[in-house]
Amino acid sequence: MTYIASHFAHVAALAAAHVELVGAALAVALIVAIPVGIFAARHARASAWILGSLGALYTIPSLALLAVFVQLFGLGFVPIFVALVLYGQFMLARNIVAGITGVDPAQVEAAHGLGMSNAQVLARVEFPQALPVVVGGVRIAAVAMIAIATLGGYVGGSGLGVLIFNGLTLHQPSMIVAGSVAASMLAIVVDGMLRLVERRARRALG
Amino acid sequence: MTAPAGAAIAFDGVTVAYPGSDRPAVAGVTFEAAAGELVVLLGPSGCGKSTLLRTVNRLVDLSAGRVLLDGRDVAGVDAVELRRSIGYAIQAVGLFAHMTVAENIAVVPTLLGWPAADIDRRVDELLTLVRLEPARYRHRRPRQLSGGEAQRVGVARAISARPRVLLMDEPFGAVDALVRADLQRELARIVAELGTTTLFVTHDVDEALRLADRVVVMREGGIEQVAVPLDMLASPATPYVRELVHAGDAVYRQYFEHVHSLLRGGA
Repeated sequence: MTYIASHFAHVAALAAAHVELVGAALAVALIVAIPVGIFAARHARASAWILGSLGALYTIPSLALLAVFVQLFGLGFVPIFVALVLYGQFMLARNIVAGITGVDPAQVEAAHGLGMSNAQVLARVEFPQALPVVVGGVRIAAVAMIAIATLGGYVGGSGLGVLIFNGLTLHQPSMIVAGSVAASMLAIVVDGMLRLVERRARRALG
Repeated sequence: MTAPAGAAIAFDGVTVAYPGSDRPAVAGVTFEAAAGELVVLLGPSGCGKSTLLRTVNRLVDLSAGRVLLDGRDVAGVDAVELRRSIGYAIQAVGLFAHMTVAENIAVVPTLLGWPAADIDRRVDELLTLVRLEPARYRHRRPRQLSGGEAQRVGVARAISARPRVLLMDEPFGAVDALVRADLQRELARIVAELGTTTLFVTHDVDEALRLADRVVVMREGGIEQVAVPLDMLASPATPYVRELVHAGDAVYRQYFEHVHSLLRGGA
């Protein structure tokens, strides 16, 4: 903690880079997961296959996956970014599928019967109803990604992992602690904020 | 306000076969519902009555035959546009949980792009019609409604854009007997008032005989008999119909004739 106090600007800059990395990865992961999730929700058979594959991907140790991407993309921002996007897929897609397939079938039937187009059923009925579950997935993914993103410090990316790995190299436990504590606090804050969003989305359902 | 006249519905050799099923769900059904008529499709579950109903708004595709609204084949109309012109209410109601009562009722007028002021006025008018005080119910959520209230809102939502045809699939099946009787009375009143042609699916014989101008008894995808309720009781076409409507039971027949004169006498 004293390290954070004495090197506040440095830690803050690394925390900002951490947020940037996770934020960008989360955004791209969502852009991929939303159509994948919608497709899987519409095709039960494909769904098992898609979620199964993403689940298998999720079980690969993050360090091993990162090593592969360093081989492919070299050191720096890209390997950790790609790894985060892939890791997020499982949690995001799973919750999007659960959210959409969990919508009361009577409401979907009524929506079609009243003359909503498929896109309108999705936008006006399925999406708002699925939102709390989807936000729950975003929250879990964000927290996991904040933790995994510390590995970026090992492969030449930025973020709070830099403190941890430099601390290891330089035998500076205070740096390791600073990086870990800052990453944990970041995860706790993000978790809390997304919990609020989740609760608000749930309340909107009546 | 003058209600738009209902549209005549004609089923012409309607057949619906689902892949992997050894007999069609609906097999060669032909009959007509006149404009403004309330026709009840009666039969046990699996007899094809709901499937037949859902061919009208194209939630189910035909394998053969035609469905005509005022002589116009529904297959030639865009399905989404067609559905917006047809009222639809189901047993599970399916009120949208994230919308208020007013927003639920306004769904079809909103899809049709009515001006907001017209929609507001229409919502109040409909709540009054289904006997829910607008000021009290407008802003409620579906979760805050009783089963009977939810059904009323479901009916209001189904007729909000003044459809010429109303399809109802066991709309009162999930409410208790007292509320059901109440809802039946009001539906009969509303439909008579609006002149909407109505197809009403039920497995409840009592409900069918009370509500119907004509009853269509279905069994295994086909029609057993089409008749006005009193005729069906007096001369059932098949042993199956006879059994179904308790035609042999003189007490029931008398009771029902009494009910019918009460219900229809005032109209």
